[in-house]
Amino acid sequence: MIQPTIRVLIAKPGLDGHDRGAKVIARALRDAGMEVIYTGLRQTPEMIAEAALQEDVHVVGLSILSGAHMALVPRVVELLRAQGQGQVHLFVGGIIPDEDLPKLKALGVEDIFGPGASTQTIAARVRQVAEGRAQSPGP
Amino acid sequence: MSDHAELAQAVREGQRLALARLLSLIENEQPQGEAALTELYPLTGRAYIVGVTGAPGTGKSSLVNELAKTLRAKIYPGLHASRPPAVAIVAVDPTSPFSGGAILGDRIRMRDLAGDAGVFVRSMASRGSLGGLAHTTSSVADALDAAGFEVILIETVGAGQAEVDIARHAHTTLVIESPGMGDDIQAIKAGILEIADLLVVNKADLPGAENAVRVLRAALDLAGNTGGAEARWQVPILQAVATTGQGVPTLVEALLRHREYLQASGLWRERGQQCAAAALEARLRDRLAERWHAAQPDGRYREILARIVRRELSPAAAVQEMLEDEPAPEAAKRHLAARAGARR
Repeated sequence: MIQPTIRVLIAKPGLDGHDRGAKVIARALRDAGMEVIYTGLRQTPEMIAEAALQEDVHVVGLSILSGAHMALVPRVVELLRAQGQGQVHLFVGGIIPDEDLPKLKALGVEDIFGPGASTQTIAARVRQVAEGRAQSPGP
Repeated sequence: MSDHAELAQAVREGQRLALARLLSLIENEQPQGEAALTELYPLTGRAYIVGVTGAPGTGKSSLVNELAKTLRAKIYPGLHASRPPAVAIVAVDPTSPFSGGAILGDRIRMRDLAGDAGVFVRSMASRGSLGGLAHTTSSVADALDAAGFEVILIETVGAGQAEVDIARHAHTTLVIESPGMGDDIQAIKAGILEIADLLVVNKADLPGAENAVRVLRAALDLAGNTGGAEARWQVPILQAVATTGQGVPTLVEALLRHREYLQASGLWRERGQQCAAAALEARLRDRLAERWHAAQPDGRYREILARIVRRELSPAAAVQEMLEDEPAPEAAKRHLAARAGARR
């Protein structure tokens, strides 16, 4: 039996139109052997949760540069839990003020990556977290 | 009840998370997924499966998005009597041959479909398969069929000339072209045009669309417009602009006409049989190879491979030797004798 390939959803919630970071991450995770579903700009939390469900991903990465993370992230967490996907690992990337880091972690976000984080570090961290779950797959 | 029976039951009841899990299990070729699909198999064979293929950048995802929207907008009595048909989309994108990873970006064009409980979109990576689909795409389509989707749209990877597997897995194959994609010699080469039941010139608002239609029409006329050796179906050449939806209702009508034609002519059953044969064949080949590998003594495969690399053994003689356990020179001699015999 083959080891399940890690599936990651990279999404840009909210209204900022800067997706270069999201694309760089998508590409880096692809190069690390993962299947990356990229959904494009201006996604609502509902759209993100729906895509995470249909694609049955292990990991959701949210790229937020607008400052609206404290509105968007809790909503995504809530929707994932409500649809039975509480086990999906959540990462956040973007411009996040230091004082919000513990709040996001308390919501269940695995890690937060700001500007300058190396793509290797991110890919390694995503793999480590996802494989903790990938060892016990299935409903 | 066992795990797979529970999963199959949940899929039958329309639980979307269970369906998503089942699709993952099938994609990863896990025994639990195969067992659940076996339970569900009697429910398959009802969906109308449409393949959408074409070169990269011709607008496959955008057109699939518009097709799904149009199908969801009203009742089509042929598909479901009292409500718009439920539509599933399987979108395949290529896997990197170097890292094994993939970027699955077809959903970017399908954002209009979000929030519609009658639509289910699943992205798949081709995972090393070369025919434009993933190896498990037809099983994924079976699962969606069993889950009650009346229409399944399968979007292939951006196809060149030879990625024609979709024709063996769909009832209707829609080939998308766009203006400026090549001259009339491209159009008469074998391959992707031959599998078209419907041809669509997308981006018909761009200059050159009329010309593209003319070239395609000429190519079909040259071929006698036989539509894959099925003489009574005239392959229509339609124009569409996927970004605005222009021409898409006409396209849906043409799809449904083709479906009626298949059913009236008996080809519906015949194509179903072809799909089943293709699935059986592929599975059998995989299992035999797997079983053979498992039965080999350690290192034999590598040893034979090394002899081929040193040019001591041809691949044909190697296979003979591996399957019959006879020494290669004998096998090679017999092979040559048989070929000489055949030529005479």
